[in-house]
Amino acid sequence: MILAQLVFYLLAFVTVAAAVMVIAARNPVHSVLFLILAFFNSAGLFILLGAEFLGMLLVVVYVGAVAVLFLFVVMMLDINFVQLREGFLHYLPVGALVGLILLVELGLVFGSMALEPALGAAAGVAADGGATNTEAIGRLLYTDYFYLFQAAGIVLLVAMIGAMTLTMRHRPDAKRQDIGRQVRRRRSETLEVRKVPPRTGI
Amino acid sequence: MPVPLSHYLTLAAILFTIGVFGIFVNRKNVIVILMAIELLLLAVNINFVAFSAYLGDLAGQIFAIFVLTVAAAEAAIGLAIVLVYFRNRGSIEVEDINLMKG
Repeated sequence: MILAQLVFYLLAFVTVAAAVMVIAARNPVHSVLFLILAFFNSAGLFILLGAEFLGMLLVVVYVGAVAVLFLFVVMMLDINFVQLREGFLHYLPVGALVGLILLVELGLVFGSMALEPALGAAAGVAADGGATNTEAIGRLLYTDYFYLFQAAGIVLLVAMIGAMTLTMRHRPDAKRQDIGRQVRRRRSETLEVRKVPPRTGI
Repeated sequence: MPVPLSHYLTLAAILFTIGVFGIFVNRKNVIVILMAIELLLLAVNINFVAFSAYLGDLAGQIFAIFVLTVAAAEAAIGLAIVLVYFRNRGSIEVEDINLMKG
């Protein structure tokens, strides 16, 4: 039991410290890296709570998609931060630190799960009939909350289309197909019959 | 449960406070404000999951999934708006953004 408490306090402390660093870091790239750290620690907290599916979802969706999206945008916008241009070696210590902390904590979480089977048993409190957390969520999500699930899909679809519509731009120098112009073309505009006398050019 | 529920709630409260604080501190950088909003949603998710685990009701985790969905959509739209704004004005300072009105 004491190990689980230690893991909780470690995860909570690192989450809060990373959250402070997210808003305190001068360089936005560092902010994104600390955001990733905070999300990883929260995923560990969710696993401690017995919500393994949500923890993994947090890692996949936030760290895999949202944080990388932030990173893309931060690096794509050429914002006038002096530190932003100092190259890869500048970010390497921070990235290595974040990675190391994540590795140690993931080992701790799974170690505490293995060492204390009671933790896993307590974690399955919401799952009846011995179903895993993922199975229980799936049973609930595809039956009771099915329409909400579909609505969430629509929200994501609208967000996707909106993001594409917002960022699309028409470049005037790009060659595009103009069907109206193609149909409106007349023979007289494009074709000319010339009588070419022999042994002379046009 | 080895850790009492109040500790999870305290953690979520601290995270939420940090997020709100971050919105007010970083008045210059829209991207950091978006990240602070993500922190707020994360704190809310921690509350949902903690209550779900301690009350033995999975509805909290289901709702946390929907919060996650909305957060992802919000991040995508927000970053797209930031991108368009930067393309038009060459900066992402919050003070300039009210020039877009009208």
